[in-house]
Amino acid sequence: MEDAARLLQLVVNGAAAGCIYGLIALGFVLIYKATEMINFAQGDIMMLGGFFAFALIAHFGLNYWLGALIAIMLTAAFGFALDAVILRRVIGQPQFAVVMLTLGLGFIFRAYAGITWGYDSVGFNTPFTNRTINLSGLVLGQDNVSIIVGTVLLCGVLYVFFSHTRLGIAMQASSQNQLAAYYMGIPVRTVFSLIWAISAGVAAVAGILLSPVSMIDVNMGFLGIKAFAAAVLGGFGSIPGALVGGVVIGIVEQLAGYFLPAGFQEVTSNVVLLATLILRPQGLFAEIAGKRV
Amino acid sequence: MRYLFKTDYRQDLTIWRHRGDLFWYGLLCIALLAIPFVLGEFYVGELGGVFIFAVAGVGMMLLAGYTGLISLGNAAFLGIGAYTNSILLAHGVPLLISLPASGLFTGLFGIAIGLPTLRMSGLYLAIATLAFGSIVGTVFQKWDAVTGGFDGFPVPEPYIFGIPIQSATGVYYLSLAVLVIVLWLSANLLRTPLGRAMVAIRDSEISAQSMGIHLARYKTFAFAISAFITGLAGALFAHYVRFLAPDAFDVLLSVQFVTIVFVGGLGSLHGVIYGALFVRLLPQFIAIIRDELPFGIGRMPGLEPSLFGLVLVLVILFEPGGIYGRWIKIKHWFQAYPLKRRSSFRRQKSYARSERLR
Repeated sequence: MEDAARLLQLVVNGAAAGCIYGLIALGFVLIYKATEMINFAQGDIMMLGGFFAFALIAHFGLNYWLGALIAIMLTAAFGFALDAVILRRVIGQPQFAVVMLTLGLGFIFRAYAGITWGYDSVGFNTPFTNRTINLSGLVLGQDNVSIIVGTVLLCGVLYVFFSHTRLGIAMQASSQNQLAAYYMGIPVRTVFSLIWAISAGVAAVAGILLSPVSMIDVNMGFLGIKAFAAAVLGGFGSIPGALVGGVVIGIVEQLAGYFLPAGFQEVTSNVVLLATLILRPQGLFAEIAGKRV
Repeated sequence: MRYLFKTDYRQDLTIWRHRGDLFWYGLLCIALLAIPFVLGEFYVGELGGVFIFAVAGVGMMLLAGYTGLISLGNAAFLGIGAYTNSILLAHGVPLLISLPASGLFTGLFGIAIGLPTLRMSGLYLAIATLAFGSIVGTVFQKWDAVTGGFDGFPVPEPYIFGIPIQSATGVYYLSLAVLVIVLWLSANLLRTPLGRAMVAIRDSEISAQSMGIHLARYKTFAFAISAFITGLAGALFAHYVRFLAPDAFDVLLSVQFVTIVFVGGLGSLHGVIYGALFVRLLPQFIAIIRDELPFGIGRMPGLEPSLFGLVLVLVILFEPGGIYGRWIKIKHWFQAYPLKRRSSFRRQKSYARSERLR
């Protein structure tokens, strides 16, 4: 019984961490589907979102919900501007130019955050900090539960948006075929910038949900590397795949930390990533067969 | 201005385009050999670092600049080379054997990572090599029986024919020699069918394949030679830092190697040298002007990585040819003066090749 409860707790913790990976991976996938770019700065945008929320809530004393909302909007606007000003220019250049460009941008964001908010870990008060839920003997941190619930809610909102609104369907159309979408009168460029805005907003949500579990600091963007594993496992082009991949990675990582000797936990996500690329490069949820990689 | 009058097909294959080249490179060699007698030990040490990064940059250039395969895991190759060399030296193997041995051993790792990644291209390759790099980095930290873990690994003093070369000057000459050999090797390699095949793969995999180039074989070779050269650089790097810490070989170092290639200029061996000079000397330059900057900008932590990022972004946006490309343009401006036309170097409009349909 003791072991079963312990195991269940590990799974919940892993799922919570996995939701964060999944949310970052969701950002990769949205951008990749639309523009065939990979945004290596996604983790750093998450970091910026966390710091925006920190500035609004801890510095300006805003209510948690209001501050979080404004931080998400700010980050989304930032993502829009990023595409409109910089990334639109490199369309058509070799792909690794985009890789290096976003890596360079990541460095700049990290330095900006470090100069503005310092290099120490910071945190702010949330309604979930240090509280627990007791489910008949199973003690869960509210922070972890809030991550899972928040992710599920966000996914629901995104699903409704992409399948039931004009703009969401326009986004799907431009991802599938730019030229045809253009002929149908969809402003493809603006739509792409809006997709960047959404993925930046999702990253900000991840950063804010993560803040009660682990503090916000300049280097939290390196979580993005683990999110690659999630996206690849899910098939890099499938939105549910990214989330499922994230949760799988998170749980496997927790279990590896528990059952395997020290040191294996850090490499789990990378090993899963390489194994996926070698054994099943199209990922678990292949949308387009026989391409890529 | 010199006009090359070609009378023979073999002229296209020579290393020296004309005698002027031979003269200027010879002069450069003499100057480099004389530098330790002129400059202080600090500058000699820094230049040694530039040479080591240039060697690693050549490894990166053959892979990214000439074969079109991007790797974000070359720091792992550097680390493997560094640890192999130090461990061999600690077991009493002489440097003249341990240096090429560490290159060869790293080359094996290059094949090992090259084989499974053959099916990948572009973004997937970048992600896979990134994962490889961070796995190797973790192994360096955790396998303390071999690497010493976080306690570090002191690099034994190397001797060549009984002469100790742990000093800045010794490392300088050793790195210079390796750099010259590696550059000569690469320049020759690029003239062979092997090198031409690599360039063909970079320009179009499909057309290379239809010309009868075995993609898998040549891509694996590109990884192997890149790892071999980076391993040599790693062996030198061990003597440069004298004490190996496992966290030195992280993703940021890999990014520095790619920066060398991008800032210097993709697809040119000259570019490697410019890029290495840039990457190694920028931090020194910042350190020197730190106190002169207004508003305390120089005191801000994180100035250096942000400048790296900024330069990288600006180069990709405005000068994809890098420093070497800019130099070619400046040279052309003088040679053609006053007939330079804007269209001489206009960038061709290019369209993204979709990866969705292949």
